[in-house]
Parts: sequence; structure tokens; C-alpha cells
Amino acid sequence: MIQVFDILIILAMTLNLVALGASRIRGVINAVALQGVLLGVFPLFVHPDIEPHIWLLIIVTIVLKGRVIPAFLFQAVREADIRHEVKPVVGFISSLLLGAVGTGLAMMYSSTLPLTEEHSSMLLVPAALSTVWTGFLMLTTRRKAIMQVLGFLLLENGILLFGLLLLEAMPFLVEAGVLLDLFTGVFVMGIIIHHISREFASGSTEHLSHLKE
Amino acid sequence: MIYLLVLFPLAMAVLALASDSNRWRPWLLPLGATGQLGLVLAILRQSPDQTPVSGLGGWLLLDPLGKVVLGFLTVLFFLCSLYAPGYLALRADRPNRVFCTNLFASLAMMTLVTLSHHLGLMWVAMEATTLVSAPSIYFNHNARSLEATWKYLLVGSVGISLALLGSLFLAYSSLKSGLDSTLLFDQLVRDAPHLSPPWLHAAFALLFVGYGTKMGLAPMHSWKPDAYGEAPGIVGTLLAGGVTSCAFLAILRIYQICRAGPEAEFARDVMISMGLLSMAVAAVFMVRQRDFKRMLAYSSIEHMGILVLGVGIGGLAAYGALLHLINNGLTKGVLFLSAGNIHRAYGSKLTDDVRGALRRVPLSGSLFLIGFLAITGSPPFGPFVSELTILSAAIERSYFLVGGLFLLFLGVIFIGMGATVLTVVMGNPPEHVKPTTFHDNLSTGGPILLFVALVLLLGLYIPAPLETLLREAAAQLEGYP
Repeated sequence: MIQVFDILIILAMTLNLVALGASRIRGVINAVALQGVLLGVFPLFVHPDIEPHIWLLIIVTIVLKGRVIPAFLFQAVREADIRHEVKPVVGFISSLLLGAVGTGLAMMYSSTLPLTEEHSSMLLVPAALSTVWTGFLMLTTRRKAIMQVLGFLLLENGILLFGLLLLEAMPFLVEAGVLLDLFTGVFVMGIIIHHISREFASGSTEHLSHLKE
Repeated sequence: MIYLLVLFPLAMAVLALASDSNRWRPWLLPLGATGQLGLVLAILRQSPDQTPVSGLGGWLLLDPLGKVVLGFLTVLFFLCSLYAPGYLALRADRPNRVFCTNLFASLAMMTLVTLSHHLGLMWVAMEATTLVSAPSIYFNHNARSLEATWKYLLVGSVGISLALLGSLFLAYSSLKSGLDSTLLFDQLVRDAPHLSPPWLHAAFALLFVGYGTKMGLAPMHSWKPDAYGEAPGIVGTLLAGGVTSCAFLAILRIYQICRAGPEAEFARDVMISMGLLSMAVAAVFMVRQRDFKRMLAYSSIEHMGILVLGVGIGGLAAYGALLHLINNGLTKGVLFLSAGNIHRAYGSKLTDDVRGALRRVPLSGSLFLIGFLAITGSPPFGPFVSELTILSAAIERSYFLVGGLFLLFLGVIFIGMGATVLTVVMGNPPEHVKPTTFHDNLSTGGPILLFVALVLLLGLYIPAPLETLLREAAAQLEGYP
């Protein structure tokens, strides 16, 4: 059981690198959505006895991260008619390397953080930190608004990964708040992407460069 | 009663959304703000020996720190709401349904932040504040305001996500120590000495960076000049006075937990150095700033730095910082609203076009000048008193280098800001800029005069109830029961 879980976590970490290396926006959306679905399944491994509200969390996560948000993003891609990230600030190979280095550092740093006994063997903390790092990279190095939103989603995935450690101890309300917030955040950003693509017809934040010193 | 504080502005938001008249809708703002002011005053006047106002099983609780921020926010919103009808009448061409609704919604969410005694709930309220204030920045619906909104939303969301991660780390630090894992603030303060230090250390760093981003501390300030530069003056006031104060309150909550635990020194050092860094960055960018609204954003970064610096120094400086929270917010009201008027009168916010404001709009021009004198710490205005308090506490606690740098940055900022402000108000209006139809009148000048009156009052005399409240809040911050 634990071995299966570790393999799934490594798969989720690999998806980070897939998202970093891809230039096709549809590919990145699929990678992030798949990671979201994996995240949805993880509570089954973490939680010893599954209560009804955990089932609810699992279903909501999978539907939201695997279906609703990707559908919303695909629609934005269609509307704005953008397919590729053209000129990222940092190239795909370099960002892949940065992502790999970040994953290594996350492994090293998380070994200094003491875990409780039942968590000590889990890969969750390094996975969470490296996913947050990947999200940061996407946010800062991509020019298309939609890629930046995907970076934000990765960041949120990383946080949810860490939240799994607290699933037993934390009240359900906070977990639900997280998902609700994520959804509204993406929703508002989606509206703005719509405005950006209407204003500039390319959905690229490259045009958003009037304001600087 | 405590639920009403949040539900009433939400109800007003619904009313604003349902209202059909673009002309009469703005009048809901002063109406709702007056109601909220009455509610808050009724709660604040409650004597301290009565049971504290609380709700949701301890998730909501109004403590002295919360009272300071809540009272200040409500007054700020009230004065801004008086300005709103006059301003929106000038912008009658733009629909204001979303604008009015979001102002009320952000008031509700900011109020919720001040009441939250649960870090998860506080986080949700902070995030909601970000989301509902974003459309107000996009009020002008042009490319520049779109860019500002995008940056605000993206940088703000990333910051707030880091704060969430920090909150989870904090919860894990109690789980690791074998305590009941919780995000209830009062329990965390009680358990603080037993929390796992490495996790608490990482949690403070993440929470400080996260909420510091919302507060606009350097180097996480990149959204601020854009958002403040493009947003209408009234939104600028509410962001610079309201939202940032809420983020500051969130940082204070984390600080209180660290203060009671093993990471007190670390937290203080971080706050002092980040405070000074923010002042330094503001000083650099303030010099030769051509856009006077962006200049105000750098001034906000400076004063956010002063706030965390004061808390980091501790003792009397913590009291000074809380007083400065109020002084800075009210003075920002004077500056942003008068800058907004000047912007209207010239149709530009660059010093190349805007000169001689004292001649073209005498009232707004002189209010802008007074606001500049007040914010840079000239007597007899409020910020002078609070900055002096922080400085003398720094010397008293032998932070001589910190005190020296504080004075140096204040001096540079006075000169830098002065150059821009004097260019705007003095001289003759340039020939090539045609006057717009905007003229000073009571509806757009009166509320600013009220702001000035309060800033002046706080510089001359601090009313006894406020003084007591500030002392209680500072004592709470410094860990005396």
C-alpha cells in the first residue's frame, strides 16, 4: 500500500517536470489536471478510516481539479485562440533544469524538518515543496496569462499535498475553504484573461508592460 | 451582534447589486457606512468588564488589537463613502454597480479579518478581500488598469497561497509536538512554548512573506505602484489604509504566537530588517518620481515598513506602530483623494503635465500639500507623534543604528517626495494641458477636509478612550496579560 502511494507521489512530481517542459498549452493543462486527480485520490492512502466528509473532499477535488477547472481553461484557450507558449522568459530546457534542482533542494530541506512517526517515511513534504517551487517557476517565467494561471494551480496543488499531512487533525471547513478559494481565484482570473484577450487578441501578458519604472 | 458586523455590509452589497439606478446607487455607500459606523461604535463602547464579543465557538472574537483595526477601518470607510457620490457623479459615464457592490463586500471581508481568531478563517477572509477588491482597480476598463489588476491578482494570490502553506506548517508544528493540531489563535498562543521550533521557524517565514506581500512590504511590493497608480483615488485609500492594515493585523497575529514561543528573537530581527528594507526601497524609488499617484504607492511601502519596524523594536514602539497605523491610513485618505481630484482636473498624473495645482484647483492643491507635510512627519500632524514615539523607543532600547537609518530614510523621502509634490502644486499650469470640467466643490473636497481634521486632531491630542484602547492593544502585542 505504502509502495503504491510512493509511486503515485513520484508520478505527481514527474508531472511537475512535464508541465515545465511543455510548450503546448493543452499539454500543460492536461498535466496539471492529471496531477489534480492524483491529489484527489491521495486521501485514501493517508487517512486510515475514511469518513463521509473525506469522501466528499475526494469527490470535490477530483471533479474540480480534474474536470471543472480544466474545462474552463480549455474554453479560455479556444476563445483566445492560443496554442503555444512562444517566448518564455526562461527557456524550456533551463526551466526544466531549475525545476530538477529545486526538487533536489526540496528533498534536502524537508529532511531537516522533523516529522511525526506515522509520517516519517512519506514523500509528501518534498513533493509539496517541489510542486510549490514548480508553480513559482511557471508563474515568473511564462508570458501567457493562462500559463501563469496554471502555475498558480500547481502552487495550490503543492499546498494541498502538504495539507494531506493534516487531514486527520484539521477541521473540514478549512479544507473546503481551500477548494472554494481556488475555484473563485481561477474564476476571477479567467474573467480577466477574457478581458486581456479581448484587449490584445493574444492573451499574452507581454503587452502588459506599460507600468514600470 | 458580532455576526451583524459582517452581515450588514454584505446585505448592503446585495442591495447595491440589486439597485437599478446608476445615479442613486452611490448614495447607498454613505448610507451603509453610517449604519456600520453606528454598529461598530455601539460594540466598541461596551465596557471592558463585560464578556468579550465572540461567536462561532471562539473562531470570532473581538480583542483590543482587533478593536483598534476595526474602529479605524470603519472610520476610514465612512469618510471614503462620503467622497464616493461626488466622485461617481463625475464618472457618470461608467457603470458603478460592480464598483459599489465590491466596496461593500470588501468592507465585510476586512471586518471579518479583524474579528477572526482562527488562522484558517482569517486566511479565507484575506483572500476574499483580494478577490473582491480586484474589480475596483479595473474600474477604468483600459489596458493600463487591466495590467494593474492582473498583477494585483496574481502577486496577491501567490502571497496569500504562501500564507496558507505557512498556516499549515503552523498547524503541523503543534501536531509534531503531540498537541492537538489547531489553527485557533488563542490556543496556539497558549501552546506556543511547546511548538516544534523548525516548523514554527518555517511557518513564520512563509506567513510573513505571504501576508507581507498583501501588505506591500519590499521586496514583495511589485504590484503596489501599478495598482495604486491606476485605481481610482477612493480605491487607493481603501487599499493603502484598509487592506494593508488587515494584512498587518494578520502579521501581528503570527508575531504574537512567535512572541510567546521560542522564535521571538528571530521574528523581531526579521521585522526590523524588512521594515528598514521597505523604507530604503521606497526612498530610492521616490526620488525623481514623475507619476504622483505611483509616488503615493511608494509612500505606502515606506509606512508599511515603519509599522513592522515599530513592532519589531517593541515596547513603546509597538504602541507607536499601532498609532501610526491610524495616522498613516487617515493621511493616505487626504493624499489619495486630493491626488484623484488633481488627476481629474488635468487628465494626467505625470509631473510633465501637472503643475500649478494651487492655481487651478486651490482646495485640492492645498490639501495635497498638507497631506504631504503630514505624511512626511511634520508637526503638528498625527504621523509626527507616532514616528517620534517609534524613534524614541528605538533609542531607549539601544537600537542606535536602526534609529539612525530610520531618520536617514525619513529625510531622503521628505526631500524626494517634496520635489514631486512641489512641482505638482507650485508654478503655473502648463499651456498645453487644457483644463477639464473638474472644479473643487464641497462633495469632492469636504470629505478630505474631514480627513485633515482627524489627522490634525491626532497630532494635537489623543482622545482618552482611544489612548486606553491603544495601550491595551500594545500590551496584548507585547505579551502582558
